[in-house]
Amino acid sequence: MLIAATIAILVVMIMAITRGIMGPTLYDRILAVNMFGTKTVLLISLLGFVMGRPEFLDIAIVYALINFISVIGVLRYSDSSIFKHSSQQKK
Amino acid sequence: MRHTIFLSLSLTAFWLLNSGHNTALMLSFGAISIAFVLYIAHRMDVVDHESQPLHLTLKLPGFYAWLIKEIILANFLVVKHIWLGNKTISPTMVTIKASQKTDIGKVIYANSITLTPGTVTVNLEGDQFMVHALLRESIEDLQAGEMDRRVTQLEN
Amino acid sequence: MNISSALFLLIGSFLCVSGGVGILRFPDFYTRMHAVGVTETLATAMILIGLMLQNPDGLVVLKLMIILLMTLFISPTASHALAQAAIHNDLMPELDKKEDNEKVKSSNP
Repeated sequence: MLIAATIAILVVMIMAITRGIMGPTLYDRILAVNMFGTKTVLLISLLGFVMGRPEFLDIAIVYALINFISVIGVLRYSDSSIFKHSSQQKK
Repeated sequence: MRHTIFLSLSLTAFWLLNSGHNTALMLSFGAISIAFVLYIAHRMDVVDHESQPLHLTLKLPGFYAWLIKEIILANFLVVKHIWLGNKTISPTMVTIKASQKTDIGKVIYANSITLTPGTVTVNLEGDQFMVHALLRESIEDLQAGEMDRRVTQLEN
Repeated sequence: MNISSALFLLIGSFLCVSGGVGILRFPDFYTRMHAVGVTETLATAMILIGLMLQNPDGLVVLKLMIILLMTLFISPTASHALAQAAIHNDLMPELDKKEDNEKVKSSNP
């Protein structure tokens, strides 16, 4: 079951990165990257159990924090002009 | 003062939990780190009743139990509509009014709305919350005001 | 491998995959955000609880709880920040046809 769950998480990560590549807006991409990051935390925890090394959990905690800070860090710049959603851009 | 003590206690617990080493060197590193974090937190002026709502401690468990039940129900509703497809969803954006007085009450309410899948607080001005919902039913549930009432109860 | 742990992992994986389908399937940014909300609340909780049931070692369970609490505190903050940035930069949601959108437009800053 652990292996099955790991594969499921990997499939979800592929879906998230597909949405990240497809876009179409910048916010979809940030959302997809955020989701990819949280699923990475789960993947690391699951892999720790699959390999019998629960020390991986420490890495998962650090990854959760880094992921949060990176999303908030990107959004700090949301006032700049590249974030402006122009109406020409296809929805 | 008691907020500083509580923060240092929780930081100590967090360090001991994650480190797992009990040598003098590691413990002194821990003490230095905690002192440094406390200094930064005081400089940022965030050590107060808002970052550590100690006065809510007794009331929170009941609210959390109710919130978890709501989250589980909302999750299954959203998953059902994911599989049913785009025809069955009715995205809605409305402004609702919050009855909380304090900032922390408003933040708890807004975060509870966002944590429940299917509703997201998009914008917050005064006591006006702009909420985007996947389904019109979820908005009607919010407007019925049970969550609002429970959070208001929490802050009194 | 005990049964309850396997059950939790199975439900968690199913919810996760549903969220993944949702992020590909839903029509616009705001609705996709709800799909991500599913994977970040109950799916994460189910998988982490499933892992907690695997290993009765106390410290491991505590660390899993820390990860769960962190995810539950972080995810609404990140989604709210993202949604607010989107609405401030005039990304309008696709609303249901029956709803009249005048109210939303007038209250939008």
